[in-house]
Amino acid sequence: MASRTKVKTLTIDGKRVGARGDATILEVAREHDVYIPTLCFLEGLRPNGGCRMCIVEIEGSNKLQPSCVTQVYEGMEVHTDSERIQNYRKKILQLIFSERNHVCSVCVSNGNCELQDTAQKLGMDHVEYPYLYPHMEVDATHDRFAVDHNRCIMCTRCVRVCEGVEGAYTWDIANRGINAKVITDLNQDWGDSETCTSCGKCVQVCPTGALFEKGKAVAEMKKTRQFLPYLSVMREEEE
Amino acid sequence: MTREELQEIAENELEAREELDHLIFVCNAASCQSSQGLQLIESLKSGIEEKELGDTVEVKGAGCMGLCAAGPLVLIEPDGILYTQVKPEDAGEILNHLESEAVERLKTDLEMPFFGKQVKIVLENSGKIDPEKIEDYIAMEGYTALNRVITEMSPGEVIDVISDSGLRGRGGAGYPTGLKWSTVGIAEDVQKYVVCNADEGDPGAFMDRSVLESDPHRVLEGMAIAGYAVGADKGYIYVRAEYPLAIERLREAIKRARRLNLLGNNIFGSQFSFNLEIRLGAGAFVCGEETALLASIEGRQGRPRPRPPYPAEYGLWGHPTLINNVETFANVAPIIRNGAEWFASIGTENSKGTKVFAMAGSINNTGLIEVPMGITLRDIIYDLGGGLPEDLKFKAVQTGGPSGGCVPEEHLDMPVDYESLKEVGTMMGSGGMIVVDASSDMVSDVAKYFVEFCKSESCGKCVPCRVGTAQMYDLLDKISKDEATQRDLDLLVDLCDVVRNTSLCGLGQAAPQPVLSTLEYFKEDYDAHLQKATDKLTHAVQREE
Ligand SMILES: Cc1cc2nc3c(=O)[nH]c(=O)nc-3n(C[C@H](O)[C@H](O)[C@H](O)COP(=O)(O)O)c2cc1C
Ligand code: SF4
Ligand code: SF4
Ligand code: SF4
Ligand code: FES
Repeated sequence: MASRTKVKTLTIDGKRVGARGDATILEVAREHDVYIPTLCFLEGLRPNGGCRMCIVEIEGSNKLQPSCVTQVYEGMEVHTDSERIQNYRKKILQLIFSERNHVCSVCVSNGNCELQDTAQKLGMDHVEYPYLYPHMEVDATHDRFAVDHNRCIMCTRCVRVCEGVEGAYTWDIANRGINAKVITDLNQDWGDSETCTSCGKCVQVCPTGALFEKGKAVAEMKKTRQFLPYLSVMREEEE
Repeated sequence: MTREELQEIAENELEAREELDHLIFVCNAASCQSSQGLQLIESLKSGIEEKELGDTVEVKGAGCMGLCAAGPLVLIEPDGILYTQVKPEDAGEILNHLESEAVERLKTDLEMPFFGKQVKIVLENSGKIDPEKIEDYIAMEGYTALNRVITEMSPGEVIDVISDSGLRGRGGAGYPTGLKWSTVGIAEDVQKYVVCNADEGDPGAFMDRSVLESDPHRVLEGMAIAGYAVGADKGYIYVRAEYPLAIERLREAIKRARRLNLLGNNIFGSQFSFNLEIRLGAGAFVCGEETALLASIEGRQGRPRPRPPYPAEYGLWGHPTLINNVETFANVAPIIRNGAEWFASIGTENSKGTKVFAMAGSINNTGLIEVPMGITLRDIIYDLGGGLPEDLKFKAVQTGGPSGGCVPEEHLDMPVDYESLKEVGTMMGSGGMIVVDASSDMVSDVAKYFVEFCKSESCGKCVPCRVGTAQMYDLLDKISKDEATQRDLDLLVDLCDVVRNTSLCGLGQAAPQPVLSTLEYFKEDYDAHLQKATDKLTHAVQREE
C-alpha cells in the first residue's frame, strides 16, 4: 500500500500544501491552520459525515464534499471558504437550531458549547426557519449523567465513542428522519442500562448540552476530551 | 450440466408443448392474484378435468401480461387470444370455445397500440412461461447466454459486449453498465461481490417486482454472467420483505438453478462458481441507495455513507462490489444471446434498449409497459395508455418518482431518454409514471405528496435532508392551506437549493426536484394559493373594521 502513504501536494484556498497520501482534507486543513467548522467530526472517532458543516468546494466538481471524510489526491484544489460555502454552512446551522430547542441562556453548556461557538464564529445572527420544537423528554434516570434530547443535534458522537472507544455499545439511534433520536440500550431508561459502564465518555464528547453531568448548574458544564487524541495516537501506532 | 443437456431440457419442454392443442396462460403475478387469479386457475383446471381435456390442454400460471388494471388476464396459445377481466365462472365458457371462435365478450384486441408499440426484451417471457418452472425458462433459451460466456468468452470479452451494447443502469441514474462492470473487473482483490438491488422503494413502482415474479431466472442468469465478468463468486439479491411472492419465486428459482448446477460450484463443469443468497430489506426507501443497501446486507443500520469510495472499489465488507438494478440484470442475457449491435440498434444515440414503465394515475390503461427508448411521452400516454378517462384533461405526467419531476403538455413530444428527461427537470428514475389531470393541484397533489414521502423516508443522518425536508414539508403544507405569503415561497425555493446541494445522499439531493419542477411549470398553482391567503386576510381585516 505504498501509494496510499505517498506524499501528495494540493492547494487549499490557493495555498500549496503537502499531505500524507491517506489524509483527509480536514486533517490537512487543520495542520495548516485553515479553519473548517465541524460538528459531527471528532478526532479519534470513526467519521460520520452527517452534519455537513465541513463541506468544501473541489475544483472541477460542482458537488460539495464533506472534508472530514474526503481523501486528498495529487493536484487537488480545495476552496474552504467561498461565499457559496459560507452561505450553505450558515443555513445548515440554522436548520440545526430550528430542529429542537436551543435556548442557550438556560442550558448547562452555555458558554461551553460547540454549537454556540460555531454559530458565533460563522456569524449566524438569526434563524429564518420556523422552530419545530418537537416534544422531547429529559432522561435523568442515570446516577451521574442525564440526557436532554431537546439539545441533541444528532451528531452521533456519543454512539461512536461508546461503541468505538468504550466498547459498551450503549447508545444507538431509533426512528428515521426528523423523528430520529439517540437511545440507550433497547430504548429504555439510561438508569436501567445494563451495558453502560458509567465511564462518562459520551458526556465528554457531546458537543452540546444534550449530555451532561448531574448537579451542574447553567453554564457550568465543561467537557474534557483529553483521552481522545491519546487514543487515536495509540491506534495509529498499532496500525 | 452441459450445453447438450441444456438443449435437451429445452427440446423436451417444447415437444411437450407441441403435443398440446392449447396452452392457457393465466397471469399469476401479485396484482392478478389479488383479483381472483388463483381461483380462476383452479376452475380452469377442474374444468379441464371434467371435460377430460387433460391430454390436449394445459393451464399454466404465468407472469404479468401488462394490462394489470384489466386483470386477471388469460392468454390462449397458439391462437394468441388474450382475455381480460376473466372471472372464475368464465372458465367453462373459455374451455368450450377453444376449438371455435373466441369468447368475444372477454377478448381484447391484440392489435391495439398498447401491445403494438411495445418492444419486449426484459419482459419477453413475461406471461408466456411459468415462473416457477425452470424448464419453461430453459425452453426460451434460458441459461444459454451463461453457457456461452463461461465456455467461449473471457471476462474481458463479456464486459466489452455489455459496454458496446450501450446498456445503462435502470435503477435511476443511468450510469453506463459496462463501465461499472469494468471498474469492478479491474479491481484487485481475491473476494468480490455482485449485488442485485431489488429494493424498489419508489411509491407506485412495481417494475422490478413484476420481473422477479414473472421471470426470476432471467435475473439470476444476468447476475451469474456479471459474476463471471467481474470475477465474483458470490452474489446477494436484496429484496424488500413486502414482496413475498417475488421472494418465494426467487427462492424457488435459486433452488432449481442450483439443482441443475446452473448456480453453485463449477458451473457447466468450469472453474467458475457463483453462489447466490437472498437478503430481505425492511422496506425503507433509503435502503435502495447503494451504500445504505450494502450496510444493511452487512447487518448494520441502512444509512448511507459518503461516496467516494464507490462500492465498485469499496463495497461489501470492504471488497469491490458490483451493484445493479433488477431490470439492468434482466437485460444482460438477451444482450449476450443477440449481440451488442442488436441491443444498440434499439433506442436512441445515448439511451439504448427499452425501459419498463408502470403507468398510473389518470390514464385508461394503467399497468406495465416496455417501450423502446426514444418513444415520445405522447405516444406512451395516448397510444399505449389509451389517453385519459373521459372528461379529464391532461395536465402533466410525473416521472422518476420522489427524485423526479413533472412534464407539462408542451414537452410531451420529447423523446423519452435519460438526457431529454433531465433537460426538462425530471428523470427516468426507476420507471414510475403518473398522469395528472387538470383537476389536480400540483402543490398538494404532487409537490407536497413527494416531499412528505422524502421527509418520512429520510434516514436522519444528515442535517439538510433530515431538517430541510421537514421544513420544506411544513412550508408546502402552509401554502396548500392558503396560509402562506410570498416570503414562505421564497424560503421554500431557497431551502430546495440548500437541501439539493448539501445533502449526503441521493435521497436528499433529489428531494427538492418535485417542488422545483412544479414551480417551473405550474407556478400559477402556487400563486393561486398565495392569492387565496391574501384574500382571506383582506376579508378578515374588513370584517374587523
Ligand atoms: C434514496 C435512493 C433510493 C434508491 N432506490 C433504488 C431502488 O429501489 N432500486 C434500485 O435499483 N436503485 C435504487 N437507487 C439507486 C442505487 O443507489 C444504485 O444507483 C443502483 O442500484 C445502481 O444500479 P444500476 O446502475 O443498475 O441502475 C436508489 C438511490 C437513492 C439515492
Ligand atoms: S457512560 Fe460510557 S458506557 Fe455509559 S453510555 Fe456513556 S460512553 Fe457508553
Ligand atoms: S447526545 Fe450529544 S453526542 Fe449524542 S448525538 Fe446528541 S448531540 Fe451528539
Ligand atoms: S440525504 Fe437524507 S437519506 Fe441521505 S444520508 Fe442524509 S439524511 Fe440520510
Ligand atoms: S464534520 Fe464533516 S460532516 Fe460533520
